[in-house]
Amino acid sequence: MIEIKDVRKSFSTLEVLKGINLTVSKGEVVTIIGGSGSGKSTLLTCINGLEPINAGQITIDGTVVHAKDTDLNKLRRKVGIVFQQWNAFPHLTVLENVMLAPRKVLGLAKEKAEEIAVKQLTHVGLAEKLNVYPNRMSGGQQQRMAIARALAMSPEYMLFDEVTSALDPMLVGEVLDTLKMLAEEGMTMICVTHEMAFARDVSDRVAFFHHGVMAEIGTPDQLFGAPQHPDTQAFLASAR
Amino acid sequence: MFDTALTWNDIAFLAQSAAMTLAVTAVSVTIGTVLGILFGVLRVQLGAIWSAPLTFVLDVFRSVPLLIQLVLGNALQSIAKLGWAPFTTSCVVLSLYTAAYCSEIIRGGIGAVPSTTRRAARSLGMTWWQDMRYIVAPLATRVSLPAWIGLTLGVMKDSALVLWLGLIELLRASQILVTRLQEPLFILMICGVIYFVISFPIARLGGYLERRWSPND
Repeated sequence: MIEIKDVRKSFSTLEVLKGINLTVSKGEVVTIIGGSGSGKSTLLTCINGLEPINAGQITIDGTVVHAKDTDLNKLRRKVGIVFQQWNAFPHLTVLENVMLAPRKVLGLAKEKAEEIAVKQLTHVGLAEKLNVYPNRMSGGQQQRMAIARALAMSPEYMLFDEVTSALDPMLVGEVLDTLKMLAEEGMTMICVTHEMAFARDVSDRVAFFHHGVMAEIGTPDQLFGAPQHPDTQAFLASAR
Repeated sequence: MFDTALTWNDIAFLAQSAAMTLAVTAVSVTIGTVLGILFGVLRVQLGAIWSAPLTFVLDVFRSVPLLIQLVLGNALQSIAKLGWAPFTTSCVVLSLYTAAYCSEIIRGGIGAVPSTTRRAARSLGMTWWQDMRYIVAPLATRVSLPAWIGLTLGVMKDSALVLWLGLIELLRASQILVTRLQEPLFILMICGVIYFVISFPIARLGGYLERRWSPND
Protein backbone atom coordinates (compact mmCIF):
# COMPACT_ATOMS: atom_id res chain seq x y z
CA MET A 1 0.00 0.00 0.00
CA ILE A 2 1.26 3.46 -0.91
CA GLU A 3 0.14 6.17 1.49
CA ILE A 4 0.74 9.79 0.57
CA LYS A 5 -0.02 12.18 3.42
CA ASP A 6 -0.13 15.94 3.04
CA VAL A 7 2.94 15.98 0.78
CA ARG A 8 4.40 19.35 -0.11
CA LYS A 9 7.20 19.90 -2.57
CA SER A 10 8.83 23.08 -3.83
CA PHE A 11 11.42 23.80 -6.46
CA SER A 12 13.11 26.89 -4.95
CA THR A 13 10.20 29.30 -4.52
CA LEU A 14 7.72 27.45 -6.71
CA GLU A 15 5.46 25.11 -4.76
CA VAL A 16 4.48 22.31 -7.14
CA LEU A 17 2.73 20.02 -4.64
CA LYS A 18 0.51 21.76 -2.13
CA GLY A 19 -0.52 19.03 0.28
CA ILE A 20 -1.37 15.85 -1.58
CA ASN A 21 -3.25 13.00 0.11
CA LEU A 22 -3.67 9.71 -1.70
CA THR A 23 -3.74 6.07 -0.74
CA VAL A 24 -3.23 3.37 -3.32
CA SER A 25 -4.03 -0.20 -2.30
CA LYS A 26 -2.50 -3.39 -3.63
CA GLY A 27 -3.87 -4.28 -7.04
CA GLU A 28 -5.36 -0.87 -7.64
CA VAL A 29 -4.79 1.16 -10.81
CA VAL A 30 -4.87 4.91 -10.22
CA THR A 31 -4.36 7.35 -13.06
CA ILE A 32 -3.53 10.99 -12.59
CA ILE A 33 -4.61 13.51 -15.17
CA GLY A 34 -4.22 17.26 -15.28
CA GLY A 35 -2.57 20.10 -17.14
CA SER A 36 1.15 20.61 -17.55
CA GLY A 37 2.82 21.87 -14.40
CA SER A 38 0.07 20.55 -12.16
CA GLY A 39 2.62 18.51 -10.21
CA LYS A 40 1.56 15.03 -11.30
CA SER A 41 4.96 13.89 -12.61
CA THR A 42 6.73 15.38 -9.61
CA LEU A 43 4.57 13.28 -7.30
CA LEU A 44 5.74 10.08 -9.01
CA THR A 45 9.43 10.94 -8.64
CA CYS A 46 8.78 11.73 -4.97
CA ILE A 47 7.12 8.34 -4.41
CA ASN A 48 10.28 6.36 -5.16
CA GLY A 49 12.53 8.92 -3.51
CA LEU A 50 14.17 10.33 -6.62
CA GLU A 51 13.07 13.75 -5.37
CA PRO A 52 13.05 14.90 -1.75
CA ILE A 53 9.88 16.40 -0.30
CA ASN A 54 9.48 19.49 1.87
CA ALA A 55 6.66 18.34 4.14
CA GLY A 56 4.31 15.44 4.70
CA GLN A 57 5.10 11.75 4.41
CA ILE A 58 5.03 8.97 1.85
CA THR A 59 4.90 5.39 3.13
CA ILE A 60 5.24 2.26 1.05
CA ASP A 61 4.20 -0.92 2.89
CA GLY A 62 5.07 0.84 6.14
CA THR A 63 8.46 2.14 5.00
CA VAL A 64 8.74 5.91 5.20
CA VAL A 65 10.32 6.85 1.86
CA HIS A 66 12.02 10.07 2.90
CA ALA A 67 13.20 8.93 6.33
CA LYS A 68 16.96 9.27 6.78
CA ASP A 69 17.55 5.60 7.51
CA THR A 70 15.50 4.28 4.59
CA ASP A 71 17.56 2.30 2.09
CA LEU A 72 16.20 3.85 -1.09
CA ASN A 73 18.11 1.45 -3.34
CA LYS A 74 16.35 -1.43 -1.63
CA LEU A 75 12.97 0.30 -1.69
CA ARG A 76 13.26 1.03 -5.41
CA ARG A 77 13.51 -2.69 -6.14
CA LYS A 78 9.82 -2.97 -5.42
CA VAL A 79 8.74 0.32 -6.96
CA GLY A 80 9.42 0.41 -10.70
CA ILE A 81 9.16 3.61 -12.67
CA VAL A 82 9.04 4.29 -16.39
CA PHE A 83 9.58 7.79 -17.69
CA GLN A 84 8.35 9.85 -20.60
CA GLN A 85 11.82 9.60 -22.14
CA TRP A 86 12.52 5.88 -22.16
CA ASN A 87 16.20 6.32 -21.24
CA ALA A 88 17.59 3.16 -22.77
CA PHE A 89 21.20 2.39 -21.85
CA PRO A 90 22.57 2.97 -25.37
CA HIS A 91 25.75 0.91 -24.95
CA LEU A 92 23.88 -2.27 -24.07
CA THR A 93 21.70 -4.54 -26.19
CA VAL A 94 18.02 -4.84 -25.38
CA LEU A 95 18.65 -8.06 -23.47
CA GLU A 96 21.58 -6.52 -21.56
CA ASN A 97 19.50 -3.44 -20.75
CA VAL A 98 16.92 -5.63 -19.03
CA MET A 99 19.44 -8.03 -17.42
CA LEU A 100 21.67 -5.38 -15.87
CA ALA A 101 19.68 -4.49 -12.75
CA PRO A 102 18.59 -8.07 -11.90
CA ARG A 103 22.24 -9.14 -12.10
CA LYS A 104 23.88 -6.24 -10.31
CA VAL A 105 21.15 -5.08 -7.93
CA LEU A 106 19.49 -8.40 -7.11
CA GLY A 107 22.74 -10.31 -7.54
CA LEU A 108 21.17 -13.02 -9.73
CA ALA A 109 23.30 -15.41 -11.75
CA LYS A 110 23.67 -14.61 -15.44
CA GLU A 111 21.45 -17.51 -16.55
CA LYS A 112 18.68 -16.62 -14.12
CA ALA A 113 18.79 -12.92 -15.06
CA GLU A 114 18.70 -13.80 -18.73
CA GLU A 115 15.72 -16.09 -18.21
CA ILE A 116 13.82 -13.27 -16.45
CA ALA A 117 14.82 -10.73 -19.08
CA VAL A 118 13.74 -12.95 -21.98
CA LYS A 119 10.45 -13.64 -20.22
CA GLN A 120 9.71 -9.95 -19.66
CA LEU A 121 10.80 -8.92 -23.15
CA THR A 122 8.60 -11.63 -24.65
CA HIS A 123 5.78 -10.37 -22.46
CA VAL A 124 6.01 -6.87 -23.98
CA GLY A 125 6.39 -8.29 -27.50
CA LEU A 126 10.13 -7.79 -28.01
CA ALA A 127 11.26 -11.42 -28.18
CA GLU A 128 12.67 -10.79 -31.65
CA LYS A 129 14.80 -7.85 -30.54
CA LEU A 130 16.96 -9.36 -27.81
CA ASN A 131 20.34 -8.66 -29.39
CA VAL A 132 19.47 -5.38 -31.03
CA TYR A 133 20.84 -2.07 -29.73
CA PRO A 134 18.12 0.33 -28.53
CA ASN A 135 18.88 3.02 -31.11
CA ARG A 136 17.86 0.55 -33.83
CA MET A 137 14.32 0.41 -32.48
CA SER A 138 11.33 2.73 -32.66
CA GLY A 139 10.34 4.90 -29.71
CA GLY A 140 7.45 2.58 -28.93
CA GLN A 141 9.73 -0.45 -28.86
CA GLN A 142 12.25 1.38 -26.67
CA GLN A 143 9.48 2.37 -24.31
CA ARG A 144 8.27 -1.23 -24.10
CA MET A 145 11.85 -2.25 -23.40
CA ALA A 146 11.94 0.29 -20.55
CA ILE A 147 8.77 -1.28 -19.17
CA ALA A 148 10.31 -4.77 -19.39
CA ARG A 149 13.45 -3.43 -17.71
CA ALA A 150 11.41 -2.17 -14.77
CA LEU A 151 9.33 -5.38 -14.62
CA ALA A 152 12.44 -7.57 -14.56
CA MET A 153 13.02 -6.38 -10.99
CA SER A 154 9.66 -8.00 -10.07
CA PRO A 155 8.33 -4.78 -8.59
CA GLU A 156 5.19 -4.75 -6.49
CA TYR A 157 4.28 -1.27 -7.67
CA MET A 158 4.73 0.42 -11.02
CA LEU A 159 4.77 4.14 -11.67
CA PHE A 160 4.26 5.37 -15.23
CA ASP A 161 5.14 8.97 -15.96
CA GLU A 162 3.50 10.06 -19.21
CA VAL A 163 5.02 7.07 -20.94
CA THR A 164 3.33 7.84 -24.27
CA SER A 165 3.83 11.62 -24.36
CA ALA A 166 7.09 11.54 -26.32
CA LEU A 167 5.85 8.95 -28.81
CA ASP A 168 4.74 9.22 -32.37
CA PRO A 169 0.89 8.93 -32.40
CA MET A 170 1.26 5.71 -34.40
CA LEU A 171 3.21 4.10 -31.56
CA VAL A 172 1.07 5.16 -28.61
CA GLY A 173 -1.31 2.22 -28.99
CA GLU A 174 1.28 -0.53 -28.58
CA VAL A 175 2.57 0.99 -25.33
CA LEU A 176 -0.92 1.57 -23.92
CA ASP A 177 -1.82 -2.03 -24.77
CA THR A 178 1.19 -3.13 -22.72
CA LEU A 179 0.00 -1.04 -19.77
CA LYS A 180 -3.52 -2.42 -20.09
CA MET A 181 -2.15 -5.93 -20.05
CA LEU A 182 -0.28 -5.18 -16.81
CA ALA A 183 -3.38 -3.66 -15.26
CA GLU A 184 -5.39 -6.75 -16.14
CA GLU A 185 -2.74 -8.93 -14.55
CA GLY A 186 -3.35 -7.13 -11.28
CA MET A 187 -0.24 -4.95 -11.07
CA THR A 188 -0.56 -2.02 -8.69
CA MET A 189 -0.05 1.02 -10.87
CA ILE A 190 -0.01 4.79 -10.70
CA CYS A 191 -0.11 6.26 -14.19
CA VAL A 192 0.30 9.89 -15.05
CA THR A 193 -1.22 10.30 -18.48
CA HIS A 194 -2.79 12.57 -21.03
CA GLU A 195 -4.61 9.67 -22.66
CA MET A 196 -8.17 10.15 -21.41
CA ALA A 197 -9.61 7.07 -23.13
CA PHE A 198 -6.89 4.94 -21.55
CA ALA A 199 -7.49 6.46 -18.12
CA ARG A 200 -11.19 5.76 -18.41
CA ASP A 201 -10.54 2.22 -19.59
CA VAL A 202 -8.03 0.83 -17.09
CA SER A 203 -8.39 2.88 -13.91
CA ASP A 204 -10.01 1.93 -10.67
CA ARG A 205 -9.79 5.58 -9.72
CA VAL A 206 -8.84 8.72 -11.61
CA ALA A 207 -7.35 11.77 -9.90
CA PHE A 208 -7.38 15.25 -11.38
CA PHE A 209 -4.47 17.50 -10.42
CA HIS A 210 -4.65 21.24 -10.78
CA HIS A 211 -1.90 23.69 -9.76
CA GLY A 212 -0.35 21.32 -7.23
CA VAL A 213 -3.62 20.26 -5.64
CA MET A 214 -5.60 17.08 -6.12
CA ALA A 215 -8.81 18.80 -7.09
CA GLU A 216 -10.88 15.69 -7.51
CA ILE A 217 -10.66 11.91 -7.35
CA GLY A 218 -13.19 9.24 -8.16
CA THR A 219 -14.05 6.27 -10.30
CA PRO A 220 -13.73 6.85 -14.05
CA ASP A 221 -17.52 7.04 -14.32
CA GLN A 222 -17.71 9.68 -11.59
CA LEU A 223 -14.81 11.77 -12.81
CA PHE A 224 -15.45 11.62 -16.54
CA GLY A 225 -19.24 11.24 -16.33
CA ALA A 226 -20.09 13.78 -13.69
CA PRO A 227 -17.08 15.89 -12.69
CA GLN A 228 -17.83 17.99 -9.62
CA HIS A 229 -14.99 20.50 -9.57
CA PRO A 230 -15.21 23.43 -12.03
CA ASP A 231 -11.51 23.01 -12.96
CA THR A 232 -12.08 19.33 -13.76
CA GLN A 233 -15.04 20.26 -15.94
CA ALA A 234 -12.99 22.89 -17.75
CA PHE A 235 -10.05 20.52 -18.22
CA LEU A 236 -12.16 17.67 -19.54
CA ALA A 237 -14.04 20.00 -21.88
CA SER A 238 -10.75 21.22 -23.37
CA ALA A 239 -9.28 17.71 -23.51
CA ARG A 240 -12.07 16.43 -25.71
CA MET B 1 71.95 11.55 -48.73
CA PHE B 2 72.69 7.89 -48.11
CA ASP B 3 76.33 8.67 -47.70
CA THR B 4 76.09 9.05 -43.97
CA ALA B 5 78.41 8.77 -41.01
CA LEU B 6 75.57 7.36 -38.91
CA THR B 7 76.55 3.97 -37.51
CA TRP B 8 74.46 1.09 -36.14
CA ASN B 9 75.67 2.13 -32.73
CA ASP B 10 74.06 5.52 -33.26
CA ILE B 11 70.81 3.87 -34.35
CA ALA B 12 70.91 1.75 -31.19
CA PHE B 13 71.48 4.95 -29.22
CA LEU B 14 68.40 6.50 -30.84
CA ALA B 15 66.33 3.41 -30.13
CA GLN B 16 67.41 3.49 -26.50
CA SER B 17 66.42 7.14 -26.23
CA ALA B 18 63.07 6.37 -27.86
CA ALA B 19 62.55 3.80 -25.09
CA MET B 20 63.13 6.62 -22.60
CA THR B 21 60.50 8.76 -24.35
CA LEU B 22 58.10 5.82 -24.20
CA ALA B 23 58.86 5.14 -20.54
CA VAL B 24 58.32 8.76 -19.46
CA THR B 25 55.10 8.92 -21.51
CA ALA B 26 53.74 5.58 -20.30
CA VAL B 27 54.35 6.35 -16.63
CA SER B 28 53.01 9.91 -16.88
CA VAL B 29 49.91 9.05 -18.91
CA THR B 30 49.07 6.11 -16.64
CA ILE B 31 49.43 8.04 -13.38
CA GLY B 32 47.98 11.20 -14.95
CA THR B 33 44.90 9.34 -16.19
CA VAL B 34 44.24 7.66 -12.85
CA LEU B 35 44.58 11.01 -11.07
CA GLY B 36 42.58 12.73 -13.82
CA ILE B 37 39.67 10.29 -13.39
CA LEU B 38 39.82 10.76 -9.62
CA PHE B 39 39.91 14.57 -9.87
CA GLY B 40 37.28 14.64 -12.63
CA VAL B 41 34.80 12.52 -10.66
CA LEU B 42 35.56 14.50 -7.50
CA ARG B 43 34.88 17.79 -9.28
CA VAL B 44 31.57 16.54 -10.66
CA GLN B 45 30.51 15.17 -7.26
CA LEU B 46 31.59 18.19 -5.22
CA GLY B 47 30.12 20.75 -7.60
CA ALA B 48 31.74 23.93 -8.84
CA ILE B 49 31.93 25.72 -5.47
CA TRP B 50 33.38 22.96 -3.27
CA SER B 51 35.84 21.85 -5.90
CA ALA B 52 37.05 25.42 -6.60
CA PRO B 53 40.42 24.97 -4.82
CA LEU B 54 41.14 21.76 -6.75
CA THR B 55 40.02 23.36 -10.01
CA PHE B 56 42.33 26.30 -9.33
CA VAL B 57 45.37 24.09 -8.79
CA LEU B 58 44.59 22.09 -11.93
CA ASP B 59 44.14 25.32 -13.88
CA VAL B 60 47.64 26.35 -12.81
CA PHE B 61 49.03 23.11 -14.22
CA ARG B 62 47.14 23.70 -17.46
CA SER B 63 48.21 27.34 -17.81
CA VAL B 64 51.90 27.43 -16.90
CA PRO B 65 54.16 26.25 -19.76
CA LEU B 66 55.38 22.71 -19.19
CA LEU B 67 59.03 23.76 -19.52
CA ILE B 68 58.65 26.17 -16.60
CA GLN B 69 56.86 23.49 -14.57
CA LEU B 70 59.71 21.06 -15.19
CA VAL B 71 62.42 23.53 -14.23
CA LEU B 72 60.50 24.74 -11.17
CA GLY B 73 59.63 21.17 -10.18
CA ASN B 74 63.26 20.18 -10.38
CA ALA B 75 64.33 23.23 -8.36
CA LEU B 76 61.66 22.52 -5.71
CA GLN B 77 62.62 18.88 -5.25
CA SER B 78 66.21 19.96 -4.89
CA ILE B 79 65.34 22.69 -2.34
CA ALA B 80 63.19 20.19 -0.44
CA LYS B 81 66.16 17.78 -0.53
CA LEU B 82 64.00 15.01 -1.97
CA GLY B 83 66.91 13.75 -3.99
CA TRP B 84 64.72 12.67 -6.91
CA ALA B 85 66.38 11.43 -10.08
CA PRO B 86 65.56 13.47 -13.20
CA PHE B 87 63.36 10.59 -14.38
CA THR B 88 61.25 10.73 -11.21
CA THR B 89 60.94 14.52 -11.31
CA SER B 90 59.98 14.40 -14.98
CA CYS B 91 57.31 11.78 -14.40
CA VAL B 92 55.86 13.61 -11.38
CA VAL B 93 55.57 16.92 -13.24
CA LEU B 94 54.25 15.34 -16.44
CA SER B 95 51.74 13.22 -14.49
CA LEU B 96 50.26 16.28 -12.82
CA TYR B 97 50.22 18.12 -16.13
CA THR B 98 48.39 15.15 -17.72
CA ALA B 99 46.03 14.85 -14.75
CA ALA B 100 45.02 18.51 -15.11
CA TYR B 101 43.99 18.04 -18.74
CA CYS B 102 42.54 14.59 -18.14
CA SER B 103 40.27 15.80 -15.34
CA GLU B 104 38.70 18.27 -17.79
CA ILE B 105 38.15 15.48 -20.33
CA ILE B 106 36.57 13.22 -17.70
CA ARG B 107 34.40 16.03 -16.39
CA GLY B 108 33.12 16.66 -19.92
CA GLY B 109 32.55 12.94 -20.50
CA ILE B 110 30.52 12.52 -17.31
CA GLY B 111 28.56 15.66 -18.13
CA ALA B 112 27.66 14.19 -21.52
CA VAL B 113 25.77 11.29 -19.92
CA PRO B 114 22.15 12.49 -19.76
CA SER B 115 20.92 12.95 -16.20
CA THR B 116 17.71 11.17 -17.21
CA THR B 117 19.67 8.03 -18.14
CA ARG B 118 21.38 8.08 -14.76
CA ARG B 119 18.06 8.65 -13.06
CA ALA B 120 16.68 5.59 -14.84
CA ALA B 121 19.63 3.57 -13.53
CA ARG B 122 19.07 4.77 -9.97
CA SER B 123 15.34 4.12 -10.25
CA LEU B 124 16.14 0.44 -10.87
CA GLY B 125 17.77 0.34 -7.44
CA MET B 126 21.35 0.76 -8.60
CA THR B 127 23.67 2.43 -6.13
CA TRP B 128 25.73 5.51 -7.01
CA TRP B 129 28.71 3.26 -7.58
CA GLN B 130 26.78 0.81 -9.81
CA ASP B 131 25.46 3.73 -11.86
CA MET B 132 29.03 5.04 -12.22
CA ARG B 133 30.47 1.65 -13.07
CA TYR B 134 27.88 0.24 -15.48
CA ILE B 135 26.27 3.31 -17.04
CA VAL B 136 28.40 6.43 -16.65
CA ALA B 137 31.85 4.87 -17.16
CA PRO B 138 31.13 3.15 -20.50
CA LEU B 139 29.19 6.10 -21.91
CA ALA B 140 31.67 8.73 -20.71
CA THR B 141 34.58 6.68 -22.05
CA ARG B 142 33.09 6.76 -25.54
CA VAL B 143 32.75 10.53 -25.36
CA SER B 144 36.17 11.12 -23.80
CA LEU B 145 38.26 8.74 -25.87
CA PRO B 146 39.15 11.00 -28.84
CA ALA B 147 40.24 13.81 -26.51
CA TRP B 148 42.18 11.36 -24.34
CA ILE B 149 44.03 9.93 -27.36
CA GLY B 150 44.89 13.50 -28.35
CA LEU B 151 46.16 14.17 -24.84
CA THR B 152 48.32 11.03 -24.86
CA LEU B 153 49.88 11.93 -28.21
CA GLY B 154 50.43 15.48 -26.98
CA VAL B 155 52.09 14.35 -23.76
CA MET B 156 54.36 12.03 -25.71
CA LYS B 157 55.64 14.89 -27.82
CA ASP B 158 55.73 17.33 -24.91
CA SER B 159 57.82 14.79 -23.01
CA ALA B 160 60.73 15.94 -25.21
CA LEU B 161 61.00 18.89 -22.81
CA VAL B 162 62.37 16.62 -20.08
CA LEU B 163 65.71 16.91 -21.88
CA TRP B 164 66.09 20.12 -19.89
CA LEU B 165 66.41 18.03 -16.75
CA GLY B 166 69.20 16.04 -18.38
CA LEU B 167 67.25 12.98 -19.47
CA ILE B 168 68.42 11.59 -22.77
CA GLU B 169 65.18 10.93 -24.61
CA LEU B 170 64.61 10.84 -28.34
CA LEU B 171 64.97 14.55 -29.13
CA ARG B 172 68.06 15.00 -26.94
CA ALA B 173 69.71 11.94 -28.50
CA SER B 174 69.04 13.36 -31.94
CA GLN B 175 70.62 16.67 -30.90
CA ILE B 176 73.71 14.88 -29.67
CA LEU B 177 74.06 13.05 -32.96
CA VAL B 178 73.45 16.21 -34.97
CA THR B 179 76.20 18.02 -33.04
CA ARG B 180 78.64 15.19 -33.62
CA LEU B 181 77.83 14.21 -37.21
CA GLN B 182 76.61 17.55 -38.60
CA GLU B 183 73.78 15.84 -40.55
CA PRO B 184 70.78 17.63 -39.09
CA LEU B 185 68.26 16.91 -41.86
CA PHE B 186 68.86 13.18 -42.01
CA ILE B 187 68.98 12.65 -38.27
CA LEU B 188 65.95 14.79 -37.49
CA MET B 189 64.09 12.93 -40.22
CA ILE B 190 64.87 9.63 -38.53
CA CYS B 191 63.84 11.15 -35.21
CA GLY B 192 60.53 12.27 -36.77
CA VAL B 193 59.93 8.83 -38.24
CA ILE B 194 60.48 7.22 -34.82
CA TYR B 195 57.98 9.64 -33.21
CA PHE B 196 55.53 8.75 -35.95
CA VAL B 197 56.04 5.02 -35.52
CA ILE B 198 55.28 5.37 -31.81
CA SER B 199 52.27 7.66 -32.29
CA PHE B 200 50.58 5.97 -35.20
CA PRO B 201 49.42 2.80 -33.38
CA ILE B 202 47.99 4.91 -30.54
CA ALA B 203 46.05 7.06 -33.00
CA ARG B 204 44.82 3.96 -34.86
CA LEU B 205 43.80 2.28 -31.61
CA GLY B 206 41.57 5.30 -30.95
CA GLY B 207 40.05 5.05 -34.42
CA TYR B 208 39.48 1.33 -34.00
CA LEU B 209 37.69 1.71 -30.67
CA GLU B 210 35.53 4.53 -32.01
CA ARG B 211 34.46 2.40 -34.95
CA ARG B 212 33.79 -0.61 -32.76
CA TRP B 213 31.52 1.40 -30.48
CA SER B 214 29.83 3.68 -32.97
CA PRO B 215 27.09 1.32 -34.26
CA ASN B 216 25.69 1.08 -30.75
CA ASP B 217 25.40 4.76 -29.99
